[in-house]
Amino acid sequence: MNFNLNPNLSQKIAYTFLAMATIIVIVPVLTVIFIIVKNGWSALSWEFLTTMPTDGMRAGGILPAIIGTLAIVSCAICITLPIGVCAAIYLNEYAKDNLLTRIIKLAIVNLAGVPSVVYGLFGLGVFVMLLDFGVSIIAGALTLSIMELPVIITTARGALNSVPYQFREASWSLGVSKWQTIRRVVLPNALPGIMTGAILSISRISGETAPILFTAAAFYVPHLPQSPFDQVMALPYHLYIISTQIPNMPKNIIFGTALVLLLMVLSMSLIAIIARIYFRKIRKW
Amino acid sequence: MNRKLIDSIIEKIIFLCGIIAIVFVVLIFGFLLKEGFYFFKDYGVFKFVLGQYWYPSSSPAVFGVFALIIGSLLVTLGAALIAVPLGIMTALFISELAPKGVRDVLKSIVELMAAIPSIVLGFVGMVTLVPFIRTAFNIPTGLTAFSGSIVLAFMAMPTIVSISEDAIRSVPWSYKEGAYALGATKWQTIRRVVLKAAMPGIIAAVMLGIGRVIGETMAVLMVTGNASAIPTSIFDPVRTLTATIATEMGETVRGGLHYRALFAIGLVLFSITFIINFIADLFLNKNSKKG
Repeated sequence: MNFNLNPNLSQKIAYTFLAMATIIVIVPVLTVIFIIVKNGWSALSWEFLTTMPTDGMRAGGILPAIIGTLAIVSCAICITLPIGVCAAIYLNEYAKDNLLTRIIKLAIVNLAGVPSVVYGLFGLGVFVMLLDFGVSIIAGALTLSIMELPVIITTARGALNSVPYQFREASWSLGVSKWQTIRRVVLPNALPGIMTGAILSISRISGETAPILFTAAAFYVPHLPQSPFDQVMALPYHLYIISTQIPNMPKNIIFGTALVLLLMVLSMSLIAIIARIYFRKIRKW
Repeated sequence: MNRKLIDSIIEKIIFLCGIIAIVFVVLIFGFLLKEGFYFFKDYGVFKFVLGQYWYPSSSPAVFGVFALIIGSLLVTLGAALIAVPLGIMTALFISELAPKGVRDVLKSIVELMAAIPSIVLGFVGMVTLVPFIRTAFNIPTGLTAFSGSIVLAFMAMPTIVSISEDAIRSVPWSYKEGAYALGATKWQTIRRVVLKAAMPGIIAAVMLGIGRVIGETMAVLMVTGNASAIPTSIFDPVRTLTATIATEMGETVRGGLHYRALFAIGLVLFSITFIINFIADLFLNKNSKKG
C-alpha cells in the first residue's frame, strides 16, 4: 500500500511546485503591465500623443518620438520583409540538403543570437560612417533590418513549410514552372503565416533601443523628420533619456511614455497572436 | 522563352537572398575584427583581456576588460540560476499539466512577455525592484548585479519556456505509453522519460536563453549601477560588456582608441554568443533528428 501512496504523494508535491513556478513566472509580467498602466494612464491624452515636448521635455507631448519610431520601423520592415521572404523561399523550396544549406542555417541561428548592441556597433561603423549616411532614419532602419532578418526568415520558412507538398505537386502536374507554382500556389497559402511573423517583428523592433542608440536616435529634435537622412527621436530611446538623464522629470510623463510604447508593442503582438489562431482555424488543410 | 528567362532571373535573386545571412555574419565578424585588430595592435591583447581597470578617460587611458567580463558573467549566472529551473518547470506545467484553454492563455502570456521592450522592463526594475532590494537587504544601493540578474531572468524566460515546451511536446507519445504500461505515474513518466527524452532541446533552450541574457543591454544598464570594478559579491554594483558599449560610444572620438576599444568589446561579445549559439544549434539538431 505504501508503495502506491508514495508515488502519488510525490506526484502531488511535484505538481504543486510546477504550478507555483508557473505563477512566479506569470505574475511579474502582469505586474509590470499593471504598474505601467496604473501610473501612466493619467498622462495619456490626445495632446500628449500629438504635440511636441516642451520645457526641456519635462512637459508637452511625445509626437516626434512616436513619428520617429514609426519612420524607422516602417523603413526597416520594408527592407527586411522582401529579402527575408526570398531567403525563406530559397531555403524551403530550392535548397538541397548540402553543406551550403547547413552553413546558411548556422548563419541564421548565429545572426539571431548577435547581441543588439553589436548590431548597433556594426550599423555605426558601416551605415553611419563607411557609407556616410550619418546618424539617420535610414542608418537605423538598415541596422534594424539586418537584426530582424533571421526572425523573418525563420517565421516565413515555417509558413512556407506548412503548405502541403501536394499543392505543389498538383501545380507541377499541370505543367506550371517551379517559380510560378511558388508565386501562385505556395506564397498565397503561406501569406497569413508570413504576415503574422512580420507583425511580430514590427512589434519587436519598435521596442529596440540599443541598435538605434548610435545609428538613428537623437536626444532632442525640435522638428519632425523631413527626409530619411534626418536624425530622429525614438520612443524607446526617449524613455531611456527621460528616465535616466533628465533630473526632476515628472513621473507621470515617464510612465505615460512607457505606456505608449508598451501599448504599441503589445497591441501588435496581440493582433499577431489572434490572427495566427484565426488563420489556423480557417485553414483549408 | 521569355518567361523562362524571367524565372531564371528571379531564381538567381532568390538564391542571393538565400545566402544573405552568411554574408551578414561574415560582414559583422569581419568588421568587428578589423576595428578590434587596430585596437589590439595599439594596445595589446593581453593588456586588454587581463587588465582589471577600465578607465577610458584617464591619461593614459586604461582599457582592461576583465572586470567587465566578470560583471557580465556574474549577472548572467545569477539570471540563469533563477530562470532555468523556473523556466523548465513552467514549460512542463504548460505542456503536460495545464488543460487546453489554460495552456493557450499561458502561452500567449509568455509570448507577450517576450514582446515587452527591454527598456520598459529596465525602467520598471529601476523604479520598483532597485529600491526594494536596497531596503530589503539593507545595502547602500539597490543598483546591484542581483537586480540585474532578476530583470534578466525574466528576459530569458520566454526563450527558455517556449523552446523547452517545444522539446517536451515533441517527445513521441509512444514513450509515455510505454512508461504508463509499466505502471508509472504521470509524474514518474514526466521525470524519468519525458524530461530525459527532451533534454537536448531543453539544453538548447537554456543556451539560447543565456545567449540572450549576455547580449541584453538596456535593462541591465539601468539596474546594475555601472561600476567598473571587480565585484566581491552579487550585491555589488557591476558593469557589463554591453552596458559599457551603450554608455560610452556617444562620448568617443570616431576612429580613436576608445572607439576601437568598444569595438573590441563587441568582438568579445560576438565571439561569446557565437559559441553559445553554435552549441545550442548542435543540441537542437540532435533533438530534431531523433523525432
